[in-house]
Amino acid sequence: MSAYTATVTVRLKHGVLDPEAETTKQALQRLGFELEGLRSADRFEIDLEAESAEVAHERASEMAERLLANPTIHDYDVEVTDR
Amino acid sequence: MTVSIIRFGGSNCDRDAERALEYLDIDAEIVWHEDGLPEETTGIVLPGGFSYGDYLRAGAMAARSPIMAEVREAAADGTPVLGVCNGAQVGCESGLTPGAFTTNRSARFQCEHVYLRVERDDTPWTAHYEEGDVIEVPIAHGEGRYEIDDDRLEELEADDRILFRYCDVEGETGPESNPNGSKHDVAGVVGKRKTVAVLMPHPERATLPDVGPTDGQEILRGLESAGGT
Repeated sequence: MSAYTATVTVRLKHGVLDPEAETTKQALQRLGFELEGLRSADRFEIDLEAESAEVAHERASEMAERLLANPTIHDYDVEVTDR
Repeated sequence: MTVSIIRFGGSNCDRDAERALEYLDIDAEIVWHEDGLPEETTGIVLPGGFSYGDYLRAGAMAARSPIMAEVREAAADGTPVLGVCNGAQVGCESGLTPGAFTTNRSARFQCEHVYLRVERDDTPWTAHYEEGDVIEVPIAHGEGRYEIDDDRLEELEADDRILFRYCDVEGETGPESNPNGSKHDVAGVVGKRKTVAVLMPHPERATLPDVGPTDGQEILRGLESAGGT
């Protein structure tokens, strides 16, 4: 068994309205920053022990499928690093 | 018959629902989710509130609590299930109903009266209404914008599974009468069976005559339906 950190990033699917990101963008513009767009995402860092990086990836992906993301509105990706 | 109102940590419209059902002479009891679904359950309410503090996403945690497997089973057997507000979010998160309810277009919590157009009258929830009727029911939510991909929405519309749409007092839909940016003005949908319904507006807050409009009464009466259709 090896120790890994699986980072799951959950973001809204392309085209799904993100009012929080829009509000944040406007707040930055009010501060005088120039920007064209802003997207936000949730990031989960999961420490786990697994036989291999592949197994860790699989387990974290299942966590994303079953709870962390809502497939109706979200896409997600998983990155595994040694810990 | 007994309607079970499922209380999760953070539910806060459970007592309103109980009181509204009591007013309608519908036998109901609040059930703590860890106690499981009582055998005598003939109808289920997933009440409003902020279950699990809306952590992760509104309804996400409650949707994955063990009692929801029992609720899904009962729903599949024809037991009427009504999800209101947070209960609607739980219903969609648990797969009882399609789509998702997410952050309002305004990015704010909104508490106001809205008008709804009855989109089909052959469900237990709308049996006392006619298609096209306009009813007044309050909303109180920050995450009530109905989202679903376009193909799926088209399918739902083709299958006549939209129960209510936001509209103006005349029954016209449009951006001005859509409080939260819901796709195609959707305020409520039915599940695979029309005995399962979720909606963001609160029928239990439009039931007692001393607190305003009473258009929600007939929606709640759907819980009395025998089911099985």
